[in-house]
Formats: sequence, C-alpha cells, structure tokens
Amino acid sequence: MSAMVAIVAGGLAVVAALLAVTSSDAVRSLFALLAALLTLAAAFFALGADFAGALQILIYAGAVAAVFVFVVMTITNSDALRAAEHSRLRRVWPVPAAVAILIVLMVLPALRGAKSSAAVGAAIPVRAVGALLFGPWAVVVELASFLLLAAMLGARHLGRRAPSPPPNEPLQGRDGPS
Amino acid sequence: MTDQSLAMLLVLATTLFAVGLFGVLVRRGVLLQLIALEVLLAGPALAFIAAGARRGDAQGQAMFVILLVFAAAEVAIGLALYLRLRRCADVSDSDSVSQLRS
Repeated sequence: MSAMVAIVAGGLAVVAALLAVTSSDAVRSLFALLAALLTLAAAFFALGADFAGALQILIYAGAVAAVFVFVVMTITNSDALRAAEHSRLRRVWPVPAAVAILIVLMVLPALRGAKSSAAVGAAIPVRAVGALLFGPWAVVVELASFLLLAAMLGARHLGRRAPSPPPNEPLQGRDGPS
Repeated sequence: MTDQSLAMLLVLATTLFAVGLFGVLVRRGVLLQLIALEVLLAGPALAFIAAGARRGDAQGQAMFVILLVFAAAEVAIGLALYLRLRRCADVSDSDSVSQLRS
C-alpha cells in the first residue's frame, strides 16, 4: 500500500521534472523543480525513510531552491529571451530525447524480471542512519565535509567582487612626451 | 514492499535521471542546466531510498545524505560560476564559452 503511494508520488515527480526541464521561463522551471522535490519527499515518507524526507524538504526544497530563487531574481526576463529559448528548445530536442528514451528502455526489462514475492522491508529509524554515518562511514562523512568546505571557499572566491580599477590618469601620465 | 514495486520505483528513478540528462543536453542557459542537474541527481536519490527501504538497510538513507552534500556543493559552485560568468563576460549561455582555453 505505502509502496503504491510512493510509486504515484514518484510518477508525479517525473511529470513535474518534465515541466521543469521543458519550460522556457526560469521562474516556472524553478517552481516545477520545487514540485518535483516535494513530491519526491512524499515518496520518501511513504517508503518509511522519514529522515531522508525531512532532509529533502529542509535542504533541497528549502535551502537549495532558495539559493536558486536569489539567482533568478538577478536575471532579466524579457519576452525576446524567452522566445529565443523556446525556439532553440524546439530545434535541438530530438537527439537528447532519443538518448533519454534509450536509457529508460534499458531498465524496462527489470519490470518483467521481478518476481512478485512477499513484502519485506520496514521503516528505518533515524538512529540506525546516525549510527551508520558516524560509525563505519565516518571517513565518508569527513570527505563530504572537506567537499563542502572546498565548495564554500570556491563559491566565496568566485563570487567576490574584483577590486575596482583605479581611474586611468596614471596611464596617460606614463606616456610622456613622444 | 514487493520486488515488483521496487522495480517500478527503480524505473521511475531511471526516468528522473533520463529527464534530467535530457534537460542538461537540450538547454543552453546555464541556470536552466543547473536546474536540470538537480532533477538528474534526484533520480539516484530515489533509487537509493527505494533500495534501502526494500532491504531494510540504513545504508540507502546514509547514501542519500552524501548525495545531498554533493548536490549542495554542485549548486554552490555552479551558481557562483554562473554569476561570475555573467559579471565578467555578460553571457548566460554555455555554448558561448565553449572556446575556453587555459
């Protein structure tokens, strides 16, 4: 039953993802992405992964989407740009669509091979996830924290403002009489 | 959860990945490509959670946490690069920087 809910939510996520990927407006695309992330969180809750669902809402749909919103606020959204994006989308879609359909076709035989066995699996307590992350997987967590630190420093470095160049009278002064 | 529903969920996860890949390939605006990358990363996340729930194992969720860190780092660097590119060269199109050399 709960697996059924998860499958329906996953299907909705796929629909929202399609909207996110094909809409030519950045704001609309962002909202569709948000819908996809939230429906995925619903699927996680239905699968008994409460911690993952909460993280999905708090970090993905909360923090990451908020960062996207900040960037979307800085872009100018004119009709001409949207029309250009739309026409380009209409021109180039066949080959990537073929690649995507090929990927899905490769895993479709898994559906036929699955034997309908007895239901197994149970909800996983958060305690088990924490014990795994800070026990046997401690090195992985450390590496992830290195990655986050590097990303933070990199973003800080890339996002800094270049010092404004001094006014250009030294260039004229250096020329001298010629 | 039965094997059949796990297979359904894995197919859905693959579809999400394929949709994201389609977006990355078809869009040229860097911002829209980053949004498509988020969709792409959501596919493996669903696969990890579904497999973890099927086997009753916490490793699925732990791997999801690691994946979350990857996505956060990717978004931070990607958006910083995008803003930098727009401020320095006033382009928001990934085709126009394909000639970059060191």
